[in-house]
Amino acid sequence: MSTTLTLNLKVWRQANTQDKGKFETLKAEDIPVDASFLEMLDIVNEQLINDNREPIHFDHDCREGICGMCSLNINGIPHGKDSGITTCQLHMRKFNNNDTIWVEPFRSKAFPIIKDLAVDRTAFDRIIEAGGYIDVRTGSAQDANSLPIQKELADDAFASAACIGCGACVAACKNASAMLFVSAKVNHLNSLPQGQPEKNKRVLGMVRQMDSEGFGNCTNQFECEAACPKEISVDNIAKLNSSYTIAALGEAAGS
Amino acid sequence: MAVTSINYFIFMQALLGSIASFWNSSIGKKFIVAITGLMLVVFLLGHLSGNLLIFAGRDAFNEYAYFLHHMLHGVGVWIARIGLLGALVLHVVATIQLTIQNKASRTDYKVQKSQRSTLSSTLMIWSGLTILSFIVYHILHFTVRAGNDYNSVEYAIMLHGHKAHDAYTMVMHGFSWMPAVIAYVIAMISLCSHLSHGVASIFQTLGLRNKKSAAAIDLGAKLYTLIIFVGFLSVPLSIYFGFVK
Ligand code: FES
Repeated sequence: MSTTLTLNLKVWRQANTQDKGKFETLKAEDIPVDASFLEMLDIVNEQLINDNREPIHFDHDCREGICGMCSLNINGIPHGKDSGITTCQLHMRKFNNNDTIWVEPFRSKAFPIIKDLAVDRTAFDRIIEAGGYIDVRTGSAQDANSLPIQKELADDAFASAACIGCGACVAACKNASAMLFVSAKVNHLNSLPQGQPEKNKRVLGMVRQMDSEGFGNCTNQFECEAACPKEISVDNIAKLNSSYTIAALGEAAGS
Repeated sequence: MAVTSINYFIFMQALLGSIASFWNSSIGKKFIVAITGLMLVVFLLGHLSGNLLIFAGRDAFNEYAYFLHHMLHGVGVWIARIGLLGALVLHVVATIQLTIQNKASRTDYKVQKSQRSTLSSTLMIWSGLTILSFIVYHILHFTVRAGNDYNSVEYAIMLHGHKAHDAYTMVMHGFSWMPAVIAYVIAMISLCSHLSHGVASIFQTLGLRNKKSAAAIDLGAKLYTLIIFVGFLSVPLSIYFGFVK
């Protein structure tokens, strides 16, 4: 097996949010099999810059699978078809010589395209601002055992907290629903004692912000769970459904 | 007096406001879809058990039809009809609104692969609309009895000393005509496609599903769907092919 690859890229190019955009066919040559998908794009970009052409714009930051900044729909699946990884952790050895690869941005009305493959995911930030925090000052980290929390609860909260907010759930969903993201963020805080006092306010605030951002509605197809690089469970969505309903009924009874 | 009526007015306004905000929220509307779906799922089982009485013979079936129309002095059937119609209207209006929102939220990919979705889950709106048009036809066929003579004196009988409608003969006649049987078969295929995603979905939307219960819920939903499919089709098919005379 050769240690470098030649690939045919079909890359989405769009000058700005208003532009209609189109696919551009680019050849990626001499790509080392050990390169990550983003490094492959770097190599292509270097060539484009040398040729005095506009490089492909794409989001990235940590390149170690923890920040949630990288995106891309690769051959129809957010972060590519391998499960449990982000695009920066996808390596070119997963592809074959002369493969054609379709590279598209994370598409959704709520994620407008900024340029090429970079999309505006600040809708997620606004959802967090609507309740994805606790109001008390926590100071520095306290002793691990000073606040006893059941093992199962801690595990659940931790699994939900693993969400890196990349938006793959929205990108994979037929309805561009943000339910997996919102439910992970809500359950992370709502299942811990620190988050309990504000749990109703949090769920109402975050769900209402989600709705106002123009995300679609969950139809329980679970594409989000399959696409999520952190394998966040759709159990979170079931919990969000009941906690929202309880909070909304509570609010109605209180009014 | 004036104060209480103002309080009452403020209370009603707040209540209506809460109902509107619940209906307008994504999760609230889905909750209503799930609850009304559950009502219809339960109704189907009741409907099916009544239908199967056709195999118990003419008198058992007609006696059952008589009971349905006369329970609570004839009010019972109207309570059920209004309740079911309400559930159906809410279910249909909510799902159409949700589907329109969902289409508006998605900008299309050139290449999009699904990893989990079942075919049925992608066809919900179409299977649903097929069932809706079937319900209209079915009600005209056997309830309103439009375009046929099922309301005529020929179908008026005496049963255990009281006047009754010969529902048995009506059904036998209805299903001896091939186009009707075909319509019912198509409707049941749509219905079971709809149920195969919908029933398990109810549990997820009501927050009653998790990784531990998922297998049991999925199995139960499949079993339910199978019972509905075989049960409902057994009547027109057995009649058409002459197993029931
Ligand atoms: S760049 Fe940070 S997760 Fe990929």
